[in-house]
Amino acid sequence: MPQSQGIHAVVCIKQVPDATEVRIDPKTNTLIREGIPSIVNPYDLHAVEAAVQLRERFGGRVTVISMGPPQAAEALQKCIAQGADEAILLTDRAFAGADTLATSYVLAQAIHKLNQERPVDLVFTGKQAIDGDTAQVGPGIAARLGIPVLTYVCGIRSFSLEERNIVVERLLEEGREVVRARLPALLTVSKELNEPRYASLPSLIRAARYQVKIWTKDDIAADPNQIGLKGSPTVVGRIFSPPERQAGPRLAGPAPEVARKLVEQLRSRGIIAMGA
Amino acid sequence: MPEKFDVIVVGAGPAGITAAYCLAREGLKVILIERGEQPGTKNVMGGVLYRQMLDEIIPGFWKQAPLERHVIDQQWWVLSEDSALKVGQRTAVHDREPYNAFTVLRAKFDRWYAAQAVKQGALLITETVVTRLLRDTSGRVIGVETDRPDGQLLANAVIVSEGANTLVLEASGLRARPRADTMAVAVKEVISLPREVIENRFQLQGDQGAVIEFFGDSTLGMVGNAFIYTNRESLSVGLGAMISDFQRRRVRPHELLERFKQHPVVAPLVAGGEPKEYMAHMIPEGGYEAMPPLYGDGFLVCGDAAGMVIAVHREGSNLAITSGRLAAETVVEAARAGDFSARRLAAYREKLQASYVLQDLRQYRHTTPVIEKIPQFLGVYPSLVNRALQEFLTVDGVPKKVKEKKILRMILKERPVTALIGDAWRAWRAFI
Repeated sequence: MPQSQGIHAVVCIKQVPDATEVRIDPKTNTLIREGIPSIVNPYDLHAVEAAVQLRERFGGRVTVISMGPPQAAEALQKCIAQGADEAILLTDRAFAGADTLATSYVLAQAIHKLNQERPVDLVFTGKQAIDGDTAQVGPGIAARLGIPVLTYVCGIRSFSLEERNIVVERLLEEGREVVRARLPALLTVSKELNEPRYASLPSLIRAARYQVKIWTKDDIAADPNQIGLKGSPTVVGRIFSPPERQAGPRLAGPAPEVARKLVEQLRSRGIIAMGA
Repeated sequence: MPEKFDVIVVGAGPAGITAAYCLAREGLKVILIERGEQPGTKNVMGGVLYRQMLDEIIPGFWKQAPLERHVIDQQWWVLSEDSALKVGQRTAVHDREPYNAFTVLRAKFDRWYAAQAVKQGALLITETVVTRLLRDTSGRVIGVETDRPDGQLLANAVIVSEGANTLVLEASGLRARPRADTMAVAVKEVISLPREVIENRFQLQGDQGAVIEFFGDSTLGMVGNAFIYTNRESLSVGLGAMISDFQRRRVRPHELLERFKQHPVVAPLVAGGEPKEYMAHMIPEGGYEAMPPLYGDGFLVCGDAAGMVIAVHREGSNLAITSGRLAAETVVEAARAGDFSARRLAAYREKLQASYVLQDLRQYRHTTPVIEKIPQFLGVYPSLVNRALQEFLTVDGVPKKVKEKKILRMILKERPVTALIGDAWRAWRAFI
């Protein structure tokens, strides 16, 4: 872009098992992960798309980061194909066993480091990961970085690097909320925000050649007490499938008769009372 | 301007991966384009991979590749409605390294094999469909077009290993749509069973494997056969027949497979198993006469796309691997000479002719047409031979002389002597 260096957006992504193929072991009640293909968490692809679209308008750089095992590099390569400029994998045995608290710490440390290289204007995450469904890591990162958090973003109304602010629409249960935040800010995005692109062939080729950068705990000056199992206060007490719901009683027959029976049953259970 | 490669390989199956592997190993800039999410996700075969051809590419590959079992036991069962005549061999020779054949699951195997090509330096692009070959005004192939935005690529040579469904060759005007009587369709289930059950049921130990081919009633006498192959913790159970036969008989392949699994001699083999995967695929069984052009200016055709299948011997992936290797050799020589014209690439056909690939395809060029023309081969004889054997083995107080006469009468009622001799002659011609 002519007048400035453009935007620096950081997108945090997660590699997750393909939910369409996940099954639960009936004996142990745990996820069967063996042989399940891994994908980029679907919401994260919308986050990448949002960042890439802003870069296409304003110029700049999109950096994608992920904490995970070495094979998560595949997911980051996919994001390069989707248009990201750089990808960094945070991988270290010491990170293993992290809950959302420890994960947000590691990602925040990485963003902090990226910010020193080049000031970060926006951080993106998906609204939640489809495996854990906690929706905690995004807000956790924002809290640690001390920047505004905009969750469930379904639209970006305006974005200004000069005025250093962004106006977004948030998807809430009761409707949409339009809010403005100063930059830098963190956005967690819903799938209504955009449609991830069908990557171009040159992008795919770039991704296939791209070497994902690796950062370990030492690269981000991580406090050993805040990472991995040690930095994770969450304890999973038990995982179980909720019992299948039994079908309720059914009333069949002509409408007036069914209505009469229904009223009778509701009265007899004391749910409704008839006036005199 | 689209990026230019030395070679573009269309399709990551055994032929394409082999070609990409060999080309990359020689230092050529090669891109391998696959439409599936991963190599193997769209690829189907019954499941027997022969050792020798891949051993030439990656010596001792079985020590690292994801294989299921090494085959020590091969059987052919001729089915009537209620019986089976069994022929087969179990050999200790095939129980030793370097082995003869392995059962494989393609989703795992192809992915591994493609990763080896990538290690050699090939660039692998997945989830991308090549739609047609790019040609210059002289008709020379100069690259490919894909379904991706900015989806063109250029190359000195294109190796077309797109598999049985030759959409790229057809879209590029290099071959007509294949006829239904040159194409088989095969369906297959992967049925999961505990290791111990498989090993008990098929009398196997450790990674030993067994394969059974079924003829006759399994395809209602249609040209084709059924199979059961043992994997580590599953069975590959399937069948295939010519598409024209399915059309004529108005039978659905998956219904035929269900029927096969319920056959009284087959049911105990698959009992208790849970179907994990269902797949279907075409097999080019037109043989030698139905092959498309194998090369031209700037392109070569390998594997199933070239119709390199010998159905009666259950061979295909081995021909694919060899053709991929020979195509790569040809292109490497062409690159040294800086000449990718049809005249130079004709060396590919010569190499195939000097190998078992075209020699075997030529030898069996009459097999499918002959079997097609004589429905009694897979229709009448399987039932007849089982009835005769049943009669012979049933001890019921009838004198043997009387029994022999009865069997002879039964056979001659179905096929008179002249027809028997004619059939024998045609069978001889078809296979030898």
